Amino acid sequence: MAADNVPQGMIETVTQLADWVIVMPMLLCLMGAALLLILRRTVGLGFALAVMLVAAIIACETLLLFRVVEHGPLSMTMGKWLPPFGISFTADVFGASFALAAAVVTLIVLLYAHADRPANTAGDGFFALVLLLLGGVTGSFLTGDLFNLYVWFEVMLISSFGLLVIGGRPIQLDGAVKYGFLNFLATTIFLLSLGLLYGLLGTLNMADILRVAPMANPAAMVGVAALMLLAFGMKAAGFPVNAWLPASYHAPPAAVSALMAGLLTKVGIYALLRTLVVLLPATREVLEPVLLLVAVATLVLSPLGAIAETNLRRAMGFVVMGGIGAVLAGIAMPSLTGISGAGLYIFHAMLTMTGLYLVAGLIERQTGETDSRRMGGLYASSAPLSIVFLVLILGAAGVPPMLGFWPKLQLIQAGLAEANWNGSVLVVALLINAVLTLIAGSRLWAHIFWRADVTPVSPPTQHPTRLHWLATGLLATLIIAAGLWPNPMIEVAHIGAGDMADPTRYSNAFGLAEIAP
Amino acid sequence: MDYVIAVLVGCFVGLGVYMLLSRSLIRMLLGVVILGNGVNLLIFTAGRLTQEIAPIVPGGLDHPDGPIANPLPQALILTAIVIGFAMFSFLLVLAYRTYQALDADNTDTMRVAEPENAPNPPLSY
Repeated sequence: MAADNVPQGMIETVTQLADWVIVMPMLLCLMGAALLLILRRTVGLGFALAVMLVAAIIACETLLLFRVVEHGPLSMTMGKWLPPFGISFTADVFGASFALAAAVVTLIVLLYAHADRPANTAGDGFFALVLLLLGGVTGSFLTGDLFNLYVWFEVMLISSFGLLVIGGRPIQLDGAVKYGFLNFLATTIFLLSLGLLYGLLGTLNMADILRVAPMANPAAMVGVAALMLLAFGMKAAGFPVNAWLPASYHAPPAAVSALMAGLLTKVGIYALLRTLVVLLPATREVLEPVLLLVAVATLVLSPLGAIAETNLRRAMGFVVMGGIGAVLAGIAMPSLTGISGAGLYIFHAMLTMTGLYLVAGLIERQTGETDSRRMGGLYASSAPLSIVFLVLILGAAGVPPMLGFWPKLQLIQAGLAEANWNGSVLVVALLINAVLTLIAGSRLWAHIFWRADVTPVSPPTQHPTRLHWLATGLLATLIIAAGLWPNPMIEVAHIGAGDMADPTRYSNAFGLAEIAP
Repeated sequence: MDYVIAVLVGCFVGLGVYMLLSRSLIRMLLGVVILGNGVNLLIFTAGRLTQEIAPIVPGGLDHPDGPIANPLPQALILTAIVIGFAMFSFLLVLAYRTYQALDADNTDTMRVAEPENAPNPPLSY
């Protein structure tokens, strides 16, 4: 055996114990989901176990975030093979902070769901699916390999299918058909682009792609990037390919739609940010006119949908899509401020959009209606609810002092700093989006809370329980607190944006094997 | 050989897209399967086709003796096939349940979540 040659491609040293924080979240999610599935018929255990698991995940990810902020991107490779042969998990600031936000959102939704679920639902596997969904989302944020990203996408997709149809009401089945087919089509297109990318580069490891992408045929690379734009655009609900979102997000119970609104589209847009801005920046420049068009259309048309929609949670779906437009605007102008604005926006959207759906669920619970035309006079019976709704809708529109103000401020600064007219177009679109979202939100608010009672509501109204209040209150407090004290967050986003604009530190973290080209 | 398979991939994807454009859920399901198989074949071709040279390192060496077949696309396809099969099974069951619950296998008549003739938004405020 030529033992001297072997270490070239192999990892000889034992991974530091501290580095394990990067895979612990996924491990906890997958093992926890399996455990919860086994114990699903044990009444009362599911919720407690799921909360403990998610709390442990939050602890791991907090450690990970601190480590990444302090020491730069962190990577861990599975098996003993060095990358690009072994599969890497790599966290930079953006990935780690989004993963943390996802876990926090999941914890809050778990509390809410526990208060919301009917009594005889033990055994439906809800908690296992939530954990699996979180696993898919976290994996997508922390992976360092594009094929692995595809696998996490599918983990996320199959668990969201399950969550969507639990209960099996006709409206859920209808929504799930549209959601299922269109999202599966999107991941198939992603797989298609992966096949072509592999054919061109011979690798799917992110650091290795950074190394060899400049040498590949640029025209072919643009084709691959365009397919990725289509696939991730569909996952993120960018303008022309967003029909699945308003068709499905209002169908499941409020807790499930809140979880999906908070996490799923954000993963799609993060994947777009990662591939176009970090991995294939040359092709992003070619695709810039398309990105500009998609961003402007998404920004302007989505809130118009929210104004025209009377179903409360469907209207919220259009607000979610408007937020995706803001991140697309950041991708269309990837200066340091632009990327950091896009990253902050994803963070803000995870919290705020989840909150909107949770409050929408409380409103539906209290009025027994899903259509805002048949709601009214809720202010008299529940003033605090109206305040929380107002906080969240103002946050979604980007009004200070809510968290949503800061990313929009950064995006507009980035747009004004652009030398060409692209930036100005995006600034105008962002401002129109803010105004339209504000109109849509305040109209909904006025209809639901302010208007005199329309008709006596037929079913007995159910007041929110304490756990409901704890969940939504926690989220609203987080949003206001982060908005009032944004400095650490903005600094962290700047470090993250720096690593995205210049991925040297990111790709060095992988420790690629020295291989002949 | 690569070119023949590339044309075949094109046929698969074209057929898959055509089937997906149909309104009938069963045809859409078949379209999903054909499209998925086309993509799998594409990954296989993207790894460059070589005949009858197994990717096995002979004893006593630490690298293969000559050119070998690329083993990675096969691993990728295997994963994709498993995932695609799981998704297909779920969608199949979902389509059947939807047919039972809504009495519809045509996407045009599935209007529970998005009612036709949706009410106009209120004019107040």
